Amino acid sequence: MNTYLIPLRRAAGIAGCSLVALSVTAPFAGSAHATGVLAGTLIENTATATYQSGSTTGSVTSNKVTVKVDELLDVAVATLSTAPATASSEPAVLIYSVTNSGNGPEAFDVAADPKISGNGFDGAIKSVVLDSNGNGTYEPGVDTVLTAGSLATPVLGPDKSVKVFVLVNLPAGATDAQTSQVRLTATAQTGTGTPGTSFAGKGEGGGDAVVGLTTASANSLAALIASLANITLTKSATILDPFGTAKPVPGAVVTYSLAAKVTGSGALDGLHVTDTIPEGTTYVPGSLKLDAAALSDGADGDAGVGGSSGIDVTLGKITGGTTRTVAFSVKIN
Amino acid sequence: MKISFIVKSLAGAAAMVAMTGPALAAAQSAPSPVTLKGDVMLEKTVTENGVNKVQLVEPKVVIPGDHLLFTTRYHNDGAQPVTNFVVTNPLPSAVALSSEAAPGTEVSVDGGKTWGQLATLKVAAAEGGERAATAGDVTHVRWTIPSIAPGASGEVQYHGIVR
Repeated sequence: MNTYLIPLRRAAGIAGCSLVALSVTAPFAGSAHATGVLAGTLIENTATATYQSGSTTGSVTSNKVTVKVDELLDVAVATLSTAPATASSEPAVLIYSVTNSGNGPEAFDVAADPKISGNGFDGAIKSVVLDSNGNGTYEPGVDTVLTAGSLATPVLGPDKSVKVFVLVNLPAGATDAQTSQVRLTATAQTGTGTPGTSFAGKGEGGGDAVVGLTTASANSLAALIASLANITLTKSATILDPFGTAKPVPGAVVTYSLAAKVTGSGALDGLHVTDTIPEGTTYVPGSLKLDAAALSDGADGDAGVGGSSGIDVTLGKITGGTTRTVAFSVKIN
Repeated sequence: MKISFIVKSLAGAAAMVAMTGPALAAAQSAPSPVTLKGDVMLEKTVTENGVNKVQLVEPKVVIPGDHLLFTTRYHNDGAQPVTNFVVTNPLPSAVALSSEAAPGTEVSVDGGKTWGQLATLKVAAAEGGERAATAGDVTHVRWTIPSIAPGASGEVQYHGIVR
């Protein structure tokens, strides 16, 4: 489309008027800035006049009037997480960005508030962390944990932003799939207030600092969801006697079944199913099974150990909605 | 939208010239018969009883988005009329013209090389080709005053917005 439109527009411009400016002028360097001219910039205006007086021509220049651009204090906070962050035994990691939308360098105090109306539970703030390398991923030991008393961003240049992680632990009593929110508020360290409030001499370059439309304070909510799991263990037994019936007589084989059912949206880690051999019975060697697959009795590569002292099957990490069944047999003496 | 430029002639001042003329004629050593005096004021919009009013105040605190009124006053101190008086004002790079020029005033969008009414001017478009120039593209403003009588004075003004 453009290739056809441009020659037409050009032709119309030339035909319509002789004052078409054909030279190419770059836009002002200063206008590239989203938040306006930088604080401390001097606006200097001078006019020049040329004239004729009798037969002579002359020119005259005005005095220069100068205005210094003061510092505008503005800030924007956004939540970068699109879905609620998961909190389990590990804290939820909420991700926010804090942007200096003013026109001078400024540091911002940050505060995380877990008490939000409508929350299913109020999380416990574990730490507030700066994304030191700016990659948007919380990396323990790499990113800078802010300490109480100095909860603030570094000095951010105009238009610059920093990502902030808030780590939130679940409180006791939170139940699976409950949601909650945490509000991160950033405030300009120079000061806040109603738009237009000014702080004499506090601006970049010695000018004033003036609170912008954001009131120099902004906040955003990020959500987290509790991801917990519960386990129920159900034991059942079947008996097979030497006569093919189910009577608990000496020589009968009792097969125990231990069903470990994990529910909830979370997972449980480090699970073991253990049981002892009932008195008056003997473990049937080679009878140990996990989900119907045989396990060897020895402490070896597979998940189970079985013998006269009992059985122990390692389940490891089980996510909610899964049932693992351990079975073993004993013979009644 | 208000008119950006005004050219005011202070006709009253011309009456004084008959008396002061001879004294000024003696001071021929003055390099220029015309003086230019620049000034800037902050245009502050205040709301009184629900009506917006613009007040001119000293530009003590200026932030991006503020409206400034730049005024240049001229005065012919000489004994002769000054003719073809052209006042050229490059816009500070941090200031954008706030609205279009009034008829009779010219603007430039190319650093003062070419002049015209804003509606007729074009600039290079970012995507290639040209586009119509806007007030924000203006680099210079210029006023032409055909003649200033001895002792007469006036002023030219433009409204700018801090970028």
